[in-house]
Amino acid sequence: MGAVGKSNVFDLLGPIMVGPSSSHTAGAVRLGAMARKILGEEPIQGTVLLHGSFAKTGKGHGTDLALVAGLLGMAPDDERIPMAPLLAKERGLNLSFQIADLGDVHPNTVKFALLGKHGGHVDVVGSSIGGGSIVIREINNFQVEIRGDYPTLVILHQDLAGVIAQVTLLLATAQINIARMRVSREKRGARALMILETDQMIDQAGLDLIRELPRIYHVLAIGPL
Amino acid sequence: MRAYEDWVIEAETKGMKISEVILRNQMEELDQSEQVLFQRMHTNLVVMRESVEAGLSGNRRSLSGLVGEDAAKVEGRRKSGESLIGDRMSGAIAKALAVAEVNACMGKIVAAPTAGSCGVLPAVFFTVEDARQVSEHELLLALFTAAGIGMIIADRASVSGAEGGCQAEIGSAAAMAAAAAVELAGGSPRQTAHAAAIAMKSMLGLVCDPVGGLVEVPCVKRNATGATIALVAAEMALSGVRSAIPIDEVIDAMGAIGKQIPCALKETAQGGLAVTPTGRRIQVGFL
Repeated sequence: MGAVGKSNVFDLLGPIMVGPSSSHTAGAVRLGAMARKILGEEPIQGTVLLHGSFAKTGKGHGTDLALVAGLLGMAPDDERIPMAPLLAKERGLNLSFQIADLGDVHPNTVKFALLGKHGGHVDVVGSSIGGGSIVIREINNFQVEIRGDYPTLVILHQDLAGVIAQVTLLLATAQINIARMRVSREKRGARALMILETDQMIDQAGLDLIRELPRIYHVLAIGPL
Repeated sequence: MRAYEDWVIEAETKGMKISEVILRNQMEELDQSEQVLFQRMHTNLVVMRESVEAGLSGNRRSLSGLVGEDAAKVEGRRKSGESLIGDRMSGAIAKALAVAEVNACMGKIVAAPTAGSCGVLPAVFFTVEDARQVSEHELLLALFTAAGIGMIIADRASVSGAEGGCQAEIGSAAAMAAAAAVELAGGSPRQTAHAAAIAMKSMLGLVCDPVGGLVEVPCVKRNATGATIALVAAEMALSGVRSAIPIDEVIDAMGAIGKQIPCALKETAQGGLAVTPTGRRIQVGFL
């Protein structure tokens, strides 16, 4: 969407996608692709929990195929989506699908528990919110809100005066502009989370600088979809 | 709030096509050149054309097995010369079914405005192309006209079945296609507004009650009827028939009706065809 409440021609004609449903198919591909990006490596094993409408009407919409396709790194217009389970097998990705009640969440919600080729693992909860748009709600039990339309930095740190400023100063020095920013904390002085969506992608050197800052526990850089 | 009437007046005052007014508006709002916008629209047109061809030539079934192979039946009858309603209309029906079937069978389509209503625009565009030998440039321009109607609908009402029922999806697609067909056939900007209004009025109140919650029954066939309504509305407008209620007010009425339609009839599969004995049987049998 363009400015709030104002659509543009390509909101009405597009996206180009493999059917049948923008929310249950195109959105599901993007959720899988986003989970793969958050894992940050080739997934080899995973459990996929389907909630609500994803569980009830997912089969007829190819939601399961779409989620696998996304985990393999495909885009919503990739015509190999119907063959995704076969391709997953070829690439050594083992998945099990289960129906689950994920609580008071959007009807089109999925939870991934993924294991990567190099041993990394991550839990991701995301929802397909209509028209192919998605939002990642949870990473490793931390509440987040990531839509995948910007490069995103997820930083776990100590809640202390100046920590956020150090990070934003580094970004400013690297000429990286912040489009959206959200901060939250478990409690005062405890673990805190900052999510920065930026106009430019941060490079590895920049990431290393942030990781070396004091009171930073973990840094995750997620490219846009 | 944006109004289609404003664009009609601007087009009339400046002696431009309605599509040219919408194109200028979008160059400004998206801050992109005419060339870039045309290129992006061209990508849509190419996929639309491919989806028609794929649907007419293939024999596929959807995941549920409920839909598929109907486009070929209609196209076959058209080619045999026995069509009851004529070559052009049966061609439009076949094309709309073709694209909607491709969508239901996990093929590639352009959401126009949604995936569930993706067959209407390609059917109408390529039917008019066959009838009038219009150039690709004119087709691309007319896509801006279609999108322009859609933008007004999205801003003033909705193009989502979950929010407004089927009238918001196939109804919107029919209104968009009707306006574009008028422009392609040489009608005036004012006539595009009348065509869109007539098409939308014919779809008011249509609920979204898909069997099993799938984009199959009745969605695929409604793409075909939606395309024919668009062509009928365009024919009336090109003949000088006027809509008594202006397009912007028809759109507002559609939005209001959408709010009044109960939730059971807005893409939840809890009413209408979805809960008929047969609808329930299909759902249980498949899911």
